[in-house]
Amino acid sequence: MAATQEEIVAGLAEIVNEIAGIPVEDVQLDKSFTDDLDVDSLSMVEVVVAAEERFDVKIPDDDVKNLKTVGDATTYILEHQA
Amino acid sequence: MSKIKPSQGAPYARIMGVGGYRPTRVVPNEVILEKIDSSDEWIRSRSGIATRHWASDEETVAAMSIEASGKAIADAGISAEQIGAVVVSTVSHFKQTPAIATEIADKLGTAKAAAFDISAGCAGFGYGLTLAKGMVVEGSAEYVLVIGVERLSDLTDLEDRATAFLFGDGAGAVVVGPSQEPHIGPTVWGSEGDKSETIKQTVPWDEFRVGDVSKLPLDSKGDIKFPAITQEGQAVFRWAVFEMAKVAQQALDAAGISPDDLDVFIPHQANMRIIDSMVKTLKLPEHVTVARDIETTGNTSAASIPLAMERLLATGKAKSGDTALVIGFGAGLVYAATVVTLP
Repeated sequence: MAATQEEIVAGLAEIVNEIAGIPVEDVQLDKSFTDDLDVDSLSMVEVVVAAEERFDVKIPDDDVKNLKTVGDATTYILEHQA
Repeated sequence: MSKIKPSQGAPYARIMGVGGYRPTRVVPNEVILEKIDSSDEWIRSRSGIATRHWASDEETVAAMSIEASGKAIADAGISAEQIGAVVVSTVSHFKQTPAIATEIADKLGTAKAAAFDISAGCAGFGYGLTLAKGMVVEGSAEYVLVIGVERLSDLTDLEDRATAFLFGDGAGAVVVGPSQEPHIGPTVWGSEGDKSETIKQTVPWDEFRVGDVSKLPLDSKGDIKFPAITQEGQAVFRWAVFEMAKVAQQALDAAGISPDDLDVFIPHQANMRIIDSMVKTLKLPEHVTVARDIETTGNTSAASIPLAMERLLATGKAKSGDTALVIGFGAGLVYAATVVTLP
């Protein structure tokens, strides 16, 4: 069953916590991965791959650069999840 | 029909000796920062690189190869005359004809050993090792010298902040010879030419003679730039970490080696972040020694695995007889992974 927006944000928070060590409560829709959450371009790839597995979605490299905020990623996953 | 007598090879092959050569000049990140807007902290956090070696005019591809090979031959306990073939993997020897392997074979004092170059980017060592194993087992050479050598400083765009810090120079060599027991596992290798754009030379050589220089890249002074190696960082990172971890696992499975049996992991020294993520993705046990030569050597493409192997053995972090997983991956895209017993 497709994940809800709330479930996606919670899932992304767990992923970002594991990869970048950021507290889960800091991962909010308006937060920028790079500027607020200490996720650099290479860590972002790890976040994306973990999100792909967790939410059964494909996020091609060309689309990754458009995912600036947690909200961007959440919307992308909502629209593309299987 | 006449019966052709087949060649007689050895039952198996093994790596008998390893040698490396690092150029004398050590280049810290401060030197790189003279041409790009970045910081030591940024370079270290994105790549794990603190210093790299850059070759002088005298430290040519041939000269570095001969130094590394001399050590590998001595380590193997054989003489140069016993070598039947010399395989050189490089992308940074700029005189394509003749192959540089022939000059190296001659200067080492081989007895007219077969000699040729291969082009397989950062997977070149694994490709050469696979050819060498085949030659020893098939019988066309008793001992094969495999050399990975690069002067990537010649192919570095010092004004590109994404790659200026990445590359280094050096040579690594191994001698592959006969064995009664298998000490080189099956190679898992391949190519993905549909991703050829992700790591590439910026401009082909023949663009320089066409006459129309308008397509050639210029540096900040307006001079034509020499070709350089460029890459799509995120795409390469994803492929290297997640796809290559699968290939590494396949190589372990093919050799019948479980992670618990493994002593050493020597991935191509592309980037510390790739190495760390691969280790995590592969779930390698704590006891496995991981090569992290990139910190002081940079990315030396085909030379990186034998250079890292030599340093692990020289510093006592690995020992002769250890079981090591080696995996090379890079421009092509190409890859090669296998399990070996360290010499």
